[in-house]
Amino acid sequence: MKKIIYILLGLVFGVIMYKSEAASWFRIYEMFRFESFHMYGIIGTALAFGILFVQIIKKFKIKDIDGQPIVIEDKEKSVPRYLIGGIIFGLGWALAGACPGPIFVLVGAGFVPILILLLSAVLGTFVYGLLKDKLPH
Amino acid sequence: MDFIFQPWPWFISGFLIALLMFGLLLLGKRFGMSSNLRTFCSMCGGGKVNSFFNYNWKKESWNLFVVIGAILGGFIASHYLSVNTMPDLSESTKLALQDLNISSKNGYLPYELFSMAALSNAKTWAILIVGGFFIGFGARYAGGCTSGHAISGLSNLQLPSLIAVVGFFIGGLFMVHVLFPFIF
Repeated sequence: MKKIIYILLGLVFGVIMYKSEAASWFRIYEMFRFESFHMYGIIGTALAFGILFVQIIKKFKIKDIDGQPIVIEDKEKSVPRYLIGGIIFGLGWALAGACPGPIFVLVGAGFVPILILLLSAVLGTFVYGLLKDKLPH
Repeated sequence: MDFIFQPWPWFISGFLIALLMFGLLLLGKRFGMSSNLRTFCSMCGGGKVNSFFNYNWKKESWNLFVVIGAILGGFIASHYLSVNTMPDLSESTKLALQDLNISSKNGYLPYELFSMAALSNAKTWAILIVGGFFIGFGARYAGGCTSGHAISGLSNLQLPSLIAVVGFFIGGLFMVHVLFPFIF
């Protein structure tokens, strides 16, 4: 039953990503050129409501569906891993014009070359795992 | 009904994304898409090669159903809810596309990169492979991607996520403004 809920949430996510054009290479390119408010508007609105929802959860100590308190773990403190990792991700995001979520959406939309991007992203994750202990974190 | 077929305005999309994140939190989960890439590695036996992939991935399998849904959503949106025209870009972006040899009369994605015909060009392969590799490597190194850091992490006012997002933009701006003229 829960599986169906996750599939439905993913489906809504896919439709939003596609319909908002956040999954379009062109919009990412335009965003990094600062020539449209579109992507900033999407991220900004998501963030404004996201902060509001998280504050509501914390203030009213809302529990999840299983009755467990919702605790959002703090990310570990570090600068190098977020900065270096972030820069590498940004290079790929701009070059391919897609981030991990939209990659799956575009697979569904039938763009076959996206599969190369997806396989390569899995490979990149795998190589990170191999090199993890040698990288500054 | 016409509204459905038009691109959705940013404020509606942004609100719906936040609502999705809220829904996942209420289900006891966290919104993040790039962790699925690690799960794929583990499913394929990556744990035998490296301890980073040796974890109970079945616990994260709920996220794979989100992925299945996202694929279905992409199919439905592109086939039944869209006219698949090119995004309504600003004139200056269209002009800049000409310098990259990308036509401003494309569809949802540039044909020059994402059509079957484009795959006859070795450069297309190089761009897709390098781009994908950086996305996968960088997302895991940074501990998350756009959804995990820019939406989830920042919503929880996490400084590490802000550093990651600053990194995303340093990388993205460098790619578009400095490297693109050499690549395209």
